[in-house]
Amino acid sequence: MKFWIGVAATVALAAGLALSGTNEYFFYAGYVVLQFVVLATAWNILGGYAGYVNFGTAAFFGIGAYTAVVLFKAVGAPLGVQILAAACASGLLGFGTGLLTLRLRGIFFSIATVAVIFIMHTAIVNWRYVGGATGVQLLRPPAMPLFDSYTRMLFVVMAVLAVAGVCIARYIEVSWIGRGLRAIRDSEEAAECSGVPTLKLKLFACTVSGALMGAAGAPLPMYMSFLEPASSFDLNYSVSALAMPMIGGTSHWLGPVIGAILLGSVQQIVTVTISNEINVLVVGVLLVVFVVAAPDGVLGLLRKLKWLHRSSR
Amino acid sequence: MRLASFVLGLAFSAAALAQPAPVKIGMSMPQTGSLGAGGKAALLALQMWVDDVNAKGGLLGRRIEFIVYDDQTNPALTPGIYTKLLDVDKVDLIIAPYGTVPTAPIMPLVKQRGLLLMGNFSFQVNHTVKHDMWFNNSPWTDASSWSDGFIHIGQKAGAKTIAFLAADQEFAQNLANGARTLAKKAGLQTVYDQNYPPATVDFSAMIRAIRAARPDIVFVMSYPNDSVAIVRAINEIGVGDSVKLFGGGMVGLQFTPNMVSLGSSLNGIVNYNSYVPGVKYPGIEDFLQRYAKRALEAKVDPLGFYLPPFNYAIGQMLEQAINATKSLDHRKLADYLHKHEMQTIVGPIRFGPDGEWANPRVIHAQFRGVVDKDMEQFRHPGRQVILWPEQYKIGEAIVPFEKARGK
Amino acid sequence: MLFGILVGCFYAAVSVGLSVAFGLLDVPHVAHPALMVLGSYCTYLLGRYGWDPIVAGIALTPLFFLLGVAIYRFYYETFEKRGSDAGVRGLAFFFGLAFIIEVGLILVFGVDQRMVEADYIGKSLSLGGYRIPWRLLVAFGVALLLTAALTLYLSRTFTGRAIKAVAQDEPALRLMGANPVRIKQWAFGIATAVTALAGAMLIVVGPVEPSLDRVYIGRTFCVVVLAGLGSMTGTLLAGLILGVSESIVLTLFGASWAPAVAFGLLLVVLGIRPQGLFGR
Repeated sequence: MKFWIGVAATVALAAGLALSGTNEYFFYAGYVVLQFVVLATAWNILGGYAGYVNFGTAAFFGIGAYTAVVLFKAVGAPLGVQILAAACASGLLGFGTGLLTLRLRGIFFSIATVAVIFIMHTAIVNWRYVGGATGVQLLRPPAMPLFDSYTRMLFVVMAVLAVAGVCIARYIEVSWIGRGLRAIRDSEEAAECSGVPTLKLKLFACTVSGALMGAAGAPLPMYMSFLEPASSFDLNYSVSALAMPMIGGTSHWLGPVIGAILLGSVQQIVTVTISNEINVLVVGVLLVVFVVAAPDGVLGLLRKLKWLHRSSR
Repeated sequence: MRLASFVLGLAFSAAALAQPAPVKIGMSMPQTGSLGAGGKAALLALQMWVDDVNAKGGLLGRRIEFIVYDDQTNPALTPGIYTKLLDVDKVDLIIAPYGTVPTAPIMPLVKQRGLLLMGNFSFQVNHTVKHDMWFNNSPWTDASSWSDGFIHIGQKAGAKTIAFLAADQEFAQNLANGARTLAKKAGLQTVYDQNYPPATVDFSAMIRAIRAARPDIVFVMSYPNDSVAIVRAINEIGVGDSVKLFGGGMVGLQFTPNMVSLGSSLNGIVNYNSYVPGVKYPGIEDFLQRYAKRALEAKVDPLGFYLPPFNYAIGQMLEQAINATKSLDHRKLADYLHKHEMQTIVGPIRFGPDGEWANPRVIHAQFRGVVDKDMEQFRHPGRQVILWPEQYKIGEAIVPFEKARGK
Repeated sequence: MLFGILVGCFYAAVSVGLSVAFGLLDVPHVAHPALMVLGSYCTYLLGRYGWDPIVAGIALTPLFFLLGVAIYRFYYETFEKRGSDAGVRGLAFFFGLAFIIEVGLILVFGVDQRMVEADYIGKSLSLGGYRIPWRLLVAFGVALLLTAALTLYLSRTFTGRAIKAVAQDEPALRLMGANPVRIKQWAFGIATAVTALAGAMLIVVGPVEPSLDRVYIGRTFCVVVLAGLGSMTGTLLAGLILGVSESIVLTLFGASWAPAVAFGLLLVVLGIRPQGLFGR
């Protein structure tokens, strides 16, 4: 119950902010942070629960973005349709990747997903319709009547996506699927022996995770009014999506959310304050410090401090 | 404690009253990532302009406050940075980041808000948005302005066939498409056409293929890392005796560290440029001398021919427009920039309706007599002999390519 | 085709260290290319004092050996000792390390490209009108020597065999009274030392910039997995396959498809034969 009140409150807060006179910059920065909430949550479904490290976040994210571009260019589809289609496309990609590689031991799967980024990147570069290597510039349609600007609308859309992503992750976590995935993480052989349909579960997790990443990528072309492959398939997305749950804590749905808000905000703040190469350093140092000093992330720390007596489930 | 800060605050506001509020100019500049090296040099030039103006007493009697953020050459960051500049820092004027990719995402934003934007070496970025308050500082306009000179020089040398080698990235592809159209129009037969992926390790195989195709002109559109590797590969393998002209759109051969370490293997290459010593623009020599001193301290490109003068020119154009209109109103400034000829250290500039130069001035120069491991040589005219445009021409191209290399 | 072989050997040479670290020791060492770029910059630094890059690379190996030992020690203490989740966290740790190295290089050297000079750079061997750049030949030679030396080391010496043993059956080794951690530490040191030499070759083959490591993460892991974990000769062959397939695609379909084909190959291999082409 508490959880659903939280959900409603978050959506209401996002919408309220967007309709209020809050500074436009807040929405640009907030959008990015929320986008990382979706990515981190999506990553955690496979990476955190099942222990399969997906490096290919950038591939799913980029394919989501490009699906949106294709639909927008071809039929001028509205944003909602773009997001749904992007989720389907990336979900399909997740399913295909999973089918091909999820039989592999964990680390091989990781490497295979890196390969997926390069393949998708190259395919897009060679596809002239979406601008190829040159990139494509898009003109935003007018925002929906309620909103002052398109960015505010995108912010709310991303907030809804983030909440939806968290709901899905939470559902998976508490259901039998989550139990199965955790069994896989602890010992795949044991899980298999005790009748857990491991391959099916992993495939399911990979598909859902990919679909969510795709959905997170779909509004990007509209956010930038521009898209080009090098920055859409940037390895940084993969690293961030992996780092954020690590920092937040991977065993609970709240972990990636905390990690994304923390690291995402730090990145945004550092960009407009220190603003030089130290920027990249901050991410590196945070990552190392957290995995070394707080192996279970912020949540682990909190638990140690006994602030969290029981999880909110 | 609270009292102390109150008093302090009072003191500050008193000081602020005595001095008019500064004119805030804001921008993002790639200082890391793929455009970082150029961005840092460009930034130094703009900083020099700010210092110069402040030393003269500022704009309209107000000091300039210059606010810069690093966009890491990441287009996903620039929209956020520019809204921060406009809405939180409340800057009066904005300048675009160096390069096309970081600039593209902010074009709709400035159009929607009706803002003046000074462009910074981007390429056809106003093509789809069509913003009438956009003014680019680059001496090229479209793809043909770029390759026109090179193909012209080639035809003069009697070329009939052409080979293309282009990086599979945003800018090079734009350029290549323009060059292909131009070549077709000029009646040149394409005998080899290859796009190569980013981070190609070795070009030996491609250079061999070009050699086998026996073209008269080899038009290369490459990024800094690749340019260096390509120059090395032609030095080792040779492009064959059929080639009259080699080069064209190789980015990176304008950067000092690359010119110095490639040294004599540059000889013979004809490449585009924005400025080379020998072009007589008023004030540029003084600027470059002062720049050289500060570049040494700042550890950026020590010669700074390519970007810095044009970035200084952005400042000069703003200065001229503001002083003439006595205003910071974006619409008034834009009108002025459209109607008048701007006097800068990179020569007089007049803008066309699309905010690009009405008369593009891409220089094509041939490297000659370059020796190894010497930076100072490049400061003298003649190491890069200007072949194009006609009004600045110093000499004719030496052909064929192998002869120009002195081999 | 010939260039494919030369470049392929170069790929093998830059991957061979990873083949030990990841293939034999199971350490998810994504900072390997970053260390290699660090090696290139050290070579560059020595090159300014007139050192030949290959000599500099060899001179750097003891230093890198110690660095490798230190990194492994740290990794072991913080991750492997704690047990099950070492893979994921270790991965994050090495990513962080790679970032820190990259930024450190930017802060010290700036973002400009660096290169070295040597007699064999910029010249070529002429074989009846067929000119082959010396720098590729040098890289080729070093790659062959390096692989041969490592193969011999792993199969002929006592420590070498111990390293292989630790990869296959750690508990058994422990039962026999050997200390697997020390052996692994030693092996990781060797892997890192080899990386220094690979870095020297990297800067011989082409100019280097701080963010170059990102390009090589994909390539090196691709080679190691293609090879089958921990097989040295396999690494050489896999490097060759990558190099040759890139050059074939380049001539047949155009260069812009080359990266996809290399990685497509990897995916197919993983799907059909997960133990790699030449795996145990």
